[in-house]
Amino acid sequence: MNFQMNDEQQMLADSARSFVRANSNVEKHRQNKQLVELDSATWQQFAELGWLAVPFEEKHGGLGLGVTETMVLLESLGEGLIMVPYIATVVMGGGFLRHAHELVQDEKIPALIEGKLQLAFAAEEYERVFSLENIAMAGEVQDNGIVLNGSKACVLNGDHADLLVVLVRTDGAVGDRHGLSLVLVEANAEGIERLPHRTVDGRQGAEVRFSNVRVPHEALIGELNLAADIAEGVLQEALLAISAECVGCLSVLLEQTVEYSKTRQQFGVPIGKFQTLQHRMTDMFIAMEQTRSLLLAATLKTTAGHKDAPRAVHAMKAQLGRAGRKIVQEAIQIHGGMGMTDEMAVGHYAKRVTAADGMFGNADRHLMAMAAAVS
Amino acid sequence: MDLQIAESEKFFRDEVRTFLAENLTDDIRRAGKLVTSVFSPVEEAMAWQKILHKQGWAAPHWPEAFGGTGWSVSQRAIFAEELVRAETPPLVPMGLLMCGPCLIGYGTEQQKAEYLPKILSGEHFWCQGYSEPGSGSDLASLKTFAEKDGDDYIINGTKIWTTYAHHANRMFALVRTKKDGKPQQGITFLLLDMKSAGITVEPIVGLDEVPEQCQVWFDNVRVPQANRVGQENDGWTVAKYLLMFERGGQAYAPGLNVLLEKIRVMAGKQQGTHGTLKDDPVWQYKMAALEADILALEFTEMRIKSALSSGKDPGALASMTKILGTELLQKATELRIETLGAQALIWQPQALVPGAEQPPLGPEYAMTGMPHYLNSRACSIYGGSNEVQRGIIAKAVLGL
Ligand SMILES: Cc1cc2nc3c(=O)[nH]c(=O)nc-3n(C[C@H](O)[C@H](O)[C@H](O)COP(=O)(O)OP(=O)(O)OC[C@H]3O[C@@H](n4cnc5c(N)ncnc54)[C@H](O)[C@@H]3O)c2cc1C
Ligand SMILES: Cc1cc2nc3c(=O)[nH]c(=O)nc-3n(C[C@H](O)[C@H](O)[C@H](O)COP(=O)(O)OP(=O)(O)OC[C@H]3O[C@@H](n4cnc5c(N)ncnc54)[C@H](O)[C@@H]3O)c2cc1C
Repeated sequence: MNFQMNDEQQMLADSARSFVRANSNVEKHRQNKQLVELDSATWQQFAELGWLAVPFEEKHGGLGLGVTETMVLLESLGEGLIMVPYIATVVMGGGFLRHAHELVQDEKIPALIEGKLQLAFAAEEYERVFSLENIAMAGEVQDNGIVLNGSKACVLNGDHADLLVVLVRTDGAVGDRHGLSLVLVEANAEGIERLPHRTVDGRQGAEVRFSNVRVPHEALIGELNLAADIAEGVLQEALLAISAECVGCLSVLLEQTVEYSKTRQQFGVPIGKFQTLQHRMTDMFIAMEQTRSLLLAATLKTTAGHKDAPRAVHAMKAQLGRAGRKIVQEAIQIHGGMGMTDEMAVGHYAKRVTAADGMFGNADRHLMAMAAAVS
Repeated sequence: MDLQIAESEKFFRDEVRTFLAENLTDDIRRAGKLVTSVFSPVEEAMAWQKILHKQGWAAPHWPEAFGGTGWSVSQRAIFAEELVRAETPPLVPMGLLMCGPCLIGYGTEQQKAEYLPKILSGEHFWCQGYSEPGSGSDLASLKTFAEKDGDDYIINGTKIWTTYAHHANRMFALVRTKKDGKPQQGITFLLLDMKSAGITVEPIVGLDEVPEQCQVWFDNVRVPQANRVGQENDGWTVAKYLLMFERGGQAYAPGLNVLLEKIRVMAGKQQGTHGTLKDDPVWQYKMAALEADILALEFTEMRIKSALSSGKDPGALASMTKILGTELLQKATELRIETLGAQALIWQPQALVPGAEQPPLGPEYAMTGMPHYLNSRACSIYGGSNEVQRGIIAKAVLGL
C-alpha cells in the first residue's frame, strides 16, 4: 500500500494548483447570471496544459493515465471552482469515445484532445428516477439504422456539445438491463432540438428533444442492446470525477468557514470561540476527511479492477451527498447572513456540492445500489 | 382534553373558504404558488393585503379597536391555516406582524392614529432596521447613532439585512442614543420615513439571485423626536416586546403539511423501475419521519396556542417552535430536491417572477425546489439564529 503520489501525479497536482491560484472562477461564477458561451480560452489552456489528454491512449495523442490522475486534477479544479465542462467532455464523452468504433476514435479523440470537440451524455429523463435500468426513451431499430424519439433532461454541457452520447432503450422493458444502447449523434443533426438552461451550480445544460432522428448502426457505442456495462463503467468514472471535484469544494467550504469564524466577532469574541460552533466545524472536518477516504478507496479499487470497486463508488457518492449536505449547510449557517449572499464565495461552492448530489443518483439511490450489489 | 371541534369553528372555516374561493385572483394564486421564501413577491402580496383589508381581515390578531377581527385564538389559527392551504402569498410581516402590534403596545395615541390605518391599508410599507454589519446575534452592540438636535434626532450609521428596504417607505429602527453604560440601556426605538434626506439603500443579492435584503446608510438623517416609540434609551424593552410577536406569532405546522402534500404528489410522478418514488421504501421512511416530526410540532404549537388562550405567556417556548419550524422546513425542502433528482438542478429564476413570459423547462412543479431549498437556509439565521434560540432555552428553561 502506498498513498504517496508518484512524480507524474505530483506534477499534475502542482500544475493544477498553480493554475487554480491564478484562475479561481468564483468571480465568474458570480457574474454568470445568464446563458453564456463556452469559455473557449480556458478550454484551449486546458488543451495546452495537456489536461484534455489525461485518460486517452498515446496512439491518439493521449497521456495514457487513469482515474487516479483525473482525481488529482479535479480536486484542484474543485478548489478553484473552475467551471469548464471537463467531466462532460473528457471524463464521460471521452470515456464513451474509447468504446466507439476504431475509426470514430481515430477521428474524434485527437480533436477532443486539441480542444476542438465538446461532448455531452444524454441520459436523464424527466419524471424518472435515475438509474440505467429505468431509461425509457426509445430507439427504434430499423434495417438502415436507429430512429430516436423522445427527450432527455438536464443534459450537462448539452448546450455546448458538438456530439451527444445518447442512452436509449432499443429492446426490453423499463427495469431491464438488457436492451440499452448508446448512440453517438451530432448535436446539430436534423430532428434534434436543444433548449439550453443554466444549472444551479453556475454551469449549463439543455433539454434535448429528438424527433425521428436517424443514426446509422456504426454510430453505436458498444453492442446493440448491451450497452449497460459500458454505461456503468463510464458513469463510475464520472462519479469519481464529480466526487474528486467536490472534495476540493468541501475543503474550501471548511477552510473559509473556519477562517470566517476566527475573524467574525460577536459578543466581544470571535464566533469560533463558541464551543457549539467549534464542535460543528470539527464534525465538518471529520465528514470531509471521511469523504476524502472514500474517494481514495473508490479510486484505487477502480484502478486495481477490484471486484468490490462498484460498491466503493456507491459508498463514495452516498458519502459525498450526505457529507456535502452537512458541510454546505453548516458553512452557510456559521457565516450567518453573509452566508446567504451571492457576494460570498461559500454560496457558490455550496451550490456546486448541492448539485452533485442530484447528478446520476443521490445519496439514497447509491446506498440502495450498494445494498443491492453483492460483492 | 379532547379534539372536538366546535360547530361554530366548522362554520367559520367554511366562511373563510368561501371568501378565499371568491376573492383570490389568478395572479395572486399564481404568485402564491411561486413563493420560494417567507417573503412574497411584493406586488401580489400587497394586492392580496388590500383585498383582505377590504374584508377587515388584514390583521386578525390586532385588537378590534384598531382594526382587528375580534376572533378567538382558534379562529385565528383556522384563518391562518386556510390561507396557507390555499397557497396565498404570505403577507409582508414587517408592518402587520411586527410594527403594528408594537405600536399598539407602546405607541402614543398620535402614533397609533397616524400609523395603524396605513399599515392595514398597505399605504405604509415597513422594514425592520435592527441588524448592523457588526451587530447580528449581538444586536445590543448596535452603533447607528442618533444625536439629539432641537426637536429632532440626527442619525448616522448603517443597517444591514433589512428585508425589502428597497420597497419600503417606512422603517422601524433601533438606534444608539447613549454610548456608556450597559449596551441594552442606550438604545432607542424610532420610526422613520425612508424618503428622508440622507438615506441610501443598496439591495443585496441572495443565493437565489433575488435581492431581498438590503444595506441602508444614514448620513445625517433627521427624524422628529415625536417618532420615538417608548422612552429614550428604553428601546430594548420595546424591541423585546416586538420580538414576542415576531417569533411567537406564527404556526409552522400548517404550511409544512401543505408542503409535504406537494412533495407526495411530486413523488407519485417520479417513475422508478418498481412503481413511483412514492412506493420506494427509503423515500417513504424519510417522508414518514418528517410527518411524525410535523405532527408533533402541530401539537406543540396547539399546546402553546392553548396556553395563550388561557392568558399564559409562552415565553421561551416560542424559541422552541422557531427551532422546530425552521429546521423542519429546511428538511422538507431538502426532501423535495431529493425527490426531484436532476430536475432540481435546472436553474431558471426568470421563470419564477410572476407574469414571466417564458414557460419553464421541465415539470413546472420542479422549478421552485432548488430556490426554496437555498432560500430556506436563511430561516435558521434570521429572527435570532437557531444557536441563539437554543441558548435562550438553555438559560431560560433549563436554568443553565
Ligand atoms: C467504561 C469506562 C472505562 C473507563 N476506564 C478507565 C480507566 O481504565 N482508567 C481511568 O483512569 N479512567 C477510566 N474511565 C474514566 C474515563 O476516563 C472518564 O469517565 C472520562 O475521562 C470522563 O470523566 P467523567 O466520567 O468524570 O465525566 P466528566 O468529565 O464529568 O464529563 C461529563 C460530561 O461532560 C462533558 N464535558 C466535560 N468537559 C467538557 C468540556 N470542556 N466541554 C464539553 N463537554 C465537556 C463530557 O464529555 C461528558 O459528557 C473509564 C470510563 C468508562 C465509562
Ligand atoms: C433572509 C434574512 C432576512 C433578514 N431580515 C432582517 C430584517 O428585515 N431586519 C433586520 O434587522 N435583520 C434582518 N436579518 C438579519 C438577521 O437578524 C441576522 O442575520 C441574524 O441576527 C444573525 O446575525 P449575523 O448574520 O450577523 O450572524 P452572526 O451573529 O455573525 O452569527 C454567525 C454565526 O455565529 C453563530 N453565533 C453567534 N453568536 C453565537 C453564540 N453566542 N453562540 C453560538 N453561536 C453563535 C450564529 O448563530 C451564526 O451561526 C435578516 C437575515 C436574513 C438571513
